[in-house]
Amino acid sequence: MASTTTAMPPPLRARASNRFLRVVVNHLATAAAVGSTILVMAPLIAIFMYLLFKGASSLNLAFFTQVPKPVGEVGGGMANSILGSGILLAIASLMGVPIGIAGGIYIAEYGRNKRLANMVRFTADVLNGVPSIVMGIAIYTLIVVPQKHFSALAGGVALGIMMIPTITRTTEEMLLMVPLNVREAALGLGVPNWRSVLSITLRTASPGVITGCMLAFARVAGETAPLLFTAFGNQFWSTSVNQPIAALPLQIFVYALSPYDEWHRLAWAGALVLIVLIVVSVALVRYVAGRGVLKGAS
Amino acid sequence: MAGQADVTQPTDSSASPGAEQSLSPVRAYLLNCGSSSLADRAFSALMLVCALSIFAIVILILVELISGSKLTIQKFGMSFFFGSAWDPVNGNFGALPFIYGTVVSSILALIIAVPLAVGVAIFLTEMCPDWLRGFLAFFTELLAAIPSVVYGLWAIFVMVPLLRQFFYPYLIKSLGWTGIFGGPNYGFGMFSAGVILSIMVLPIISSLTREVMSAVPHAQREAVLALGATRWEMIRMGVLRNARIGIVGAVILGLGRALGETMAVTMVIGNRPEIVRSLLAPAYSMASVIANEFSEASDELYLSALIEIGLALFIVTIIVNALARVLVWAVTRGAPVRGT
Amino acid sequence: MGVEIEVSDLNAWYGTNHTLQSISLRIPANHATALIGPSGCGKSTFVRCLNRMHETNPIGRVTGTVRVGPTDIYAQASPVEIRRRIGMVFQRPNPFPTMSIYDNVASGLRLNGFRNRKVLDEVVERSLQQAALWDEVKNDLKKKSGASLSGGQQQRLCIARALAVDPEVMLMDEPASALDPVSTAKIEDLIFQLKSQYTIVIVTHNMQQAARVAENTGFFLNGKLVEFDATHKIFTNPTDKRTEDYITGRFG
Repeated sequence: MASTTTAMPPPLRARASNRFLRVVVNHLATAAAVGSTILVMAPLIAIFMYLLFKGASSLNLAFFTQVPKPVGEVGGGMANSILGSGILLAIASLMGVPIGIAGGIYIAEYGRNKRLANMVRFTADVLNGVPSIVMGIAIYTLIVVPQKHFSALAGGVALGIMMIPTITRTTEEMLLMVPLNVREAALGLGVPNWRSVLSITLRTASPGVITGCMLAFARVAGETAPLLFTAFGNQFWSTSVNQPIAALPLQIFVYALSPYDEWHRLAWAGALVLIVLIVVSVALVRYVAGRGVLKGAS
Repeated sequence: MAGQADVTQPTDSSASPGAEQSLSPVRAYLLNCGSSSLADRAFSALMLVCALSIFAIVILILVELISGSKLTIQKFGMSFFFGSAWDPVNGNFGALPFIYGTVVSSILALIIAVPLAVGVAIFLTEMCPDWLRGFLAFFTELLAAIPSVVYGLWAIFVMVPLLRQFFYPYLIKSLGWTGIFGGPNYGFGMFSAGVILSIMVLPIISSLTREVMSAVPHAQREAVLALGATRWEMIRMGVLRNARIGIVGAVILGLGRALGETMAVTMVIGNRPEIVRSLLAPAYSMASVIANEFSEASDELYLSALIEIGLALFIVTIIVNALARVLVWAVTRGAPVRGT
Repeated sequence: MGVEIEVSDLNAWYGTNHTLQSISLRIPANHATALIGPSGCGKSTFVRCLNRMHETNPIGRVTGTVRVGPTDIYAQASPVEIRRRIGMVFQRPNPFPTMSIYDNVASGLRLNGFRNRKVLDEVVERSLQQAALWDEVKNDLKKKSGASLSGGQQQRLCIARALAVDPEVMLMDEPASALDPVSTAKIEDLIFQLKSQYTIVIVTHNMQQAARVAENTGFFLNGKLVEFDATHKIFTNPTDKRTEDYITGRFG
């Protein structure tokens, strides 16, 4: 435990002026803290509200059902982008969720106190901070170049490897919350270790593990950079895994930089969809965390 | 000495080992289940392989980046990072403008964000009424999770016009003499990139600082209060002093995020690969040049140059993030961080 | 029917802490044996050595022989098979929180792959009746979760769960210490009824409890087995002075 000794403050003289000064400083500090909070929160709330309203006013049913109209025409939607994001996220989840959960199981159940587990934990945290565009480059040289074309597969893999470190860490955190006596009950019954980990420990922690996966899902759903040269984007309807595919954040980027008002409108609407996804997942995570992973466990 | 071996045998004995015992179907089944050690070992091996995938990912990225940037490494060597000419047409590549843009925009972001973030963290941890804290904490977590491209969208259509109309003219007028606030008022440029970055890293620095401050044991606070300190003195001496390592870690983590931030920066930084004095002039960052020019790189050397920039970004952010994690762990003992 | 347990020269460590020193005793079948002693004397560790639970702790280590019936349990590599034959009830009730009452009781069988629905139904009913819980829960078997019962009911649920796998031995580590007196009395009645069918080893802080339910009692002190004899003899005319001091309340 890092030793944290509180340095003794200089003798606090009881002189009135000194006391007065300290009280003034205290009030100033309070004002500064409150002030910075207001200075920060007010604009941020304003940004958030703006995004909500601008997005809502841009949103209509056609957004979800139609593909973009040719340049200059009014109307259209981002249905192809929503589908594309769905396909990409499906590929990413198929890859990231099982591997991530398994990795989390390892460091929580088999690796406690072992150096390997600590290294995995540390590397996962560091990997979470690497700019996602770098993942895109790696998958580009790994998959896109040999295949000689952009593809949904490449995009999905790029997103998938981003999910793995996040899910590993959240799964570990949730599994560690399962109390020892629940595991001991399973062991005492003569349940094989693997069965106990899956059917008892993982199942007990499952609300938390699932919300951890949701959080990773929501995070990669908004990622643009790794898709720039893997999935690449597509103006048309596409369901093929081996061709370029549209994705919601990617198209928002393209539309935002375009000179067409109609496309700007689509970008705002798309942004709202992403924000709603984020709000729902963050709220769900807090809800589950607040109720506790283990309903009623002693 | 009280006996272990010479304990008096108590009353009657067990059934003789050879006695007939009718096995219930349950017991018969369980006795035939057999050892699960093979299944157990296979399972733990499978879990291990998946855990090791984390390392495989890091190695994969490193290998791909190095092999992809071979051409420019061979051609330019270390001078790649000091050259300021970015000339794809003539095959002359120097990464200095992008390094400059990344570093300056990130530092600018920290200058704006850190004091405010720490102030917010202090308020939320030590001064905030309970009913408000839940809402503000939730909101901070939301902001940290909003995608970069959404921030960029807002920045293009709202933030930059506002700054260009109201703030930058004021800067040029009052501080233009220093030379760092001069030139045409495009709006899109280094300063705007710094502002949007500060908005994006503020929630993270604030959340982490809060976590670090909360990890300081109450006993420390009480000890200082017992000496007759005011609340600010208690915060300063009892909390901040103990948490300062972690706060530095939080700031470094924010730096790491700012260095690698791609989409929002690309949308407002102006995309001009030149180093100029004015902070209001367009600039370019490492992540932005990759984002903008990668799919249009027309020849191998061009691509290699961009990949080498990506390699540099990868290595720098790994080092910065590793440093930050070490510092934060020192205070919070290894709990994973939400919202990154 | 229960089996005899014979322990020879059992030593146990937690890291460098020599928790149990050279324990030898013979626990008779179909009887209840109580283990008493002050806190930290090693009686819980001892019981956990009987079903190889001690080694689940990363710094736990065991040497010596433990024979359950005809089997030397430490000679085999797999503790899982051993634990299927020895049931354990812990100090604090620990039903599986995500499972219903039915699933809790059936878990020992189900998680080992047992599928036969009819037999499972019978086993669940039999076990709950043996644990004196059937009447209270028979209408809510699949609707209520194991964790929604009261403390005393949860512990009886844990007993039912342990009984469902038809063990030869039942180990109980202070099963009533976290419960109110009414629940404690119910559990003691239970032990009384069960001991004719199983070998029961019960660790207890409560000497009156030992006197009520067990035919034989062992007294542990500082990791050693001081005395092991018929219960009435231990409590009225102990051989060792330390036993007498403990019984009369001079320490512990």
